[in-house]
Amino acid sequence: MPPETVTKQRADVIHNIGYRHYEGPRLGRAYARRSLFSQSLRGAYGLGRSAKSKVAPMLLFAVMCLPAAIIVAVAIATAADELPVKYTRYAIMLQAVIGLYTASQAPQAVSRDLRFKTVPLYFSRPIETMDYVVAKFAAMASALFILTGAPLLILYVGALLAKLDFADQTKGFGQGLVSVALLSLLFAGISLVVAALTPRRGFGVAAVIALLTISYGAVSVVQAIAWDQGNTDSVSWIGLFSPITIIDGVQTAFLGATSSFPGGVGPGTGTGLLYVLVLLGLIAGSYGLLMRRYRKVGL
Amino acid sequence: MSHTTTVERVTVIATESLSKRFPRVTALDRLSVDIAPGVTGLVGANGAGKSTLIKILLGLSPASEGRASVLGLDVARDGSAIRESVGYMPEHDCLPPDVSATEFVVHMARMSGLPPSAARERTADTLRHVGLYEERYRPMGGYSTGMKQRVKLAQALVHDPRLVLLDEPTNGLDPVGRDEMLGLIRRVHTDFGISVLVTSHLLGELERTCDHVVVIDGGKLLRSSSTSDFTQATASLAVEVTDTSDHPDGTRALRTALDRAGLTVQPAGRGADGSPGSDHVLLVDVAGEKTYDTVRDAIADLGLGLVRMEQRRHRIAEIFRSDDEDTEAADVPDTPDAAGAPDGTSGPGSPASASAHGNGGAVDAA
Repeated sequence: MPPETVTKQRADVIHNIGYRHYEGPRLGRAYARRSLFSQSLRGAYGLGRSAKSKVAPMLLFAVMCLPAAIIVAVAIATAADELPVKYTRYAIMLQAVIGLYTASQAPQAVSRDLRFKTVPLYFSRPIETMDYVVAKFAAMASALFILTGAPLLILYVGALLAKLDFADQTKGFGQGLVSVALLSLLFAGISLVVAALTPRRGFGVAAVIALLTISYGAVSVVQAIAWDQGNTDSVSWIGLFSPITIIDGVQTAFLGATSSFPGGVGPGTGTGLLYVLVLLGLIAGSYGLLMRRYRKVGL
Repeated sequence: MSHTTTVERVTVIATESLSKRFPRVTALDRLSVDIAPGVTGLVGANGAGKSTLIKILLGLSPASEGRASVLGLDVARDGSAIRESVGYMPEHDCLPPDVSATEFVVHMARMSGLPPSAARERTADTLRHVGLYEERYRPMGGYSTGMKQRVKLAQALVHDPRLVLLDEPTNGLDPVGRDEMLGLIRRVHTDFGISVLVTSHLLGELERTCDHVVVIDGGKLLRSSSTSDFTQATASLAVEVTDTSDHPDGTRALRTALDRAGLTVQPAGRGADGSPGSDHVLLVDVAGEKTYDTVRDAIADLGLGLVRMEQRRHRIAEIFRSDDEDTEAADVPDTPDAAGAPDGTSGPGSPASASAHGNGGAVDAA
């Protein structure tokens, strides 16, 4: 080391006003993507944001878990030989809560960056469009998975405490987790696509709620009519037209669930495959649309 | 290793007949320019291609033709690596109002690849350097424009880049805030050792800050030369005097006296940065040390009060204006260029250069 350098450094320390260069590691794209993921996931529960923005997600999380706790308490108290609600049925029952959560948090995840024009700052850093989309998508899906998976965990732990059959419960729990994982991916994809269209958070919230409830409402009504007219085949086909009924169909066909379709006529294995294809297509399509959307936003 | 260092020392940004065409417009037209370390001003009217150039330099938008490199890295191939060691401050507002400056800048530091602890440490340092203290813990929604600009600058500096691209950093600031921001930009280079490319549509403010000025218009290079080239040969003395009862128009009396003493005097007119009250200011060309004595004596003889007497370099804009008047349609861009940047204008002595200069004036007026 030349002596001047040493003197200069010492002077910096004494006055503590000099600029210090950063010599440490730069962790690059993958790390930046992880950072964005964790920031977005925390943000989906209001962590690292204002106290006010913690209220809605935390409240919905509590509402989501409360019935599970009650069910477990009842099961233990009455020494029932099985849980009154199947793991796969829980999310379908509480779909309104999931819908509200999705509608409130998806715009939070993407509209804010658009509205306050923070997106260009992200893209002026090592990450690429893909990293941004993947991080946001994964964060939203994980947030939903936590929301839908936590009550299942409560049910499972409760079931074990009630000394219900271990193998049965574990299988049911596993099937439930797969089902809510698919639900999380689907809801995250659809809601992010809708939310990314508008920088206005309010519009985003309304649009996501409208999409989820109107599609479900319409599908239920048409299914009911078809069932009434004895047209049982078309009941399962119609279920392809709303997100939650797609999940219902997939888990009825492959995850041992009982369908909540009218008369409980879920799709069989053949139609079930189509359900899976539509489900995967929607998830992939959402990803593709998000990529397209953000390629344009750029700087 | 030593080889790369040498290359980087010579140029931070190099473009070679860089073009960007959109279906309807040509944003950049065969732009060739070399930018050396230091503070470089990029001047052009709105739509001159400044933002397009920045996008290409960050590796976010492919060039239609030509090449560009930043810090020795090719923009087409190494965009991610470039963005790791380059900072960018956008022109528009980009701060979420409900988070504090500290939280925001820490997040942005992590997005640049800094580990969490380093991100926090650098954030504290950087916010202090840009002059943000206690307020950095408050939500940014309540900040003044000046404070917001400082946060925007901080997020561009937090990862200790080797080059920052500042897009219109003085936009929306009042004169005091503008001066502070320009001083800060100057310090980014002198104290922090970071090269700066700063865009503006005001020539006047870049003159004070930059070592080198690149003027583009319609995507073409108009002129690239060091600031001293623009201003050096034309040192002048600004003199402002009071009126007395003997001389109701003191300025005019002084002018007459100085004319008689053989000095070149002209009224200052409006300053290039739009500074007002210049009607009473005379600009005296400095011919040598004796000029100062002559001016002082002339004022004393007239019994006028001396309000100020300051050394002033000619504004870049004035150079442009006189170029316009003196050399109509001549090939102005062949000014000697300190950094050896090639003059990539459309062609020698083209009428484009004359019309472009007209735009240069318009740029200033904007």
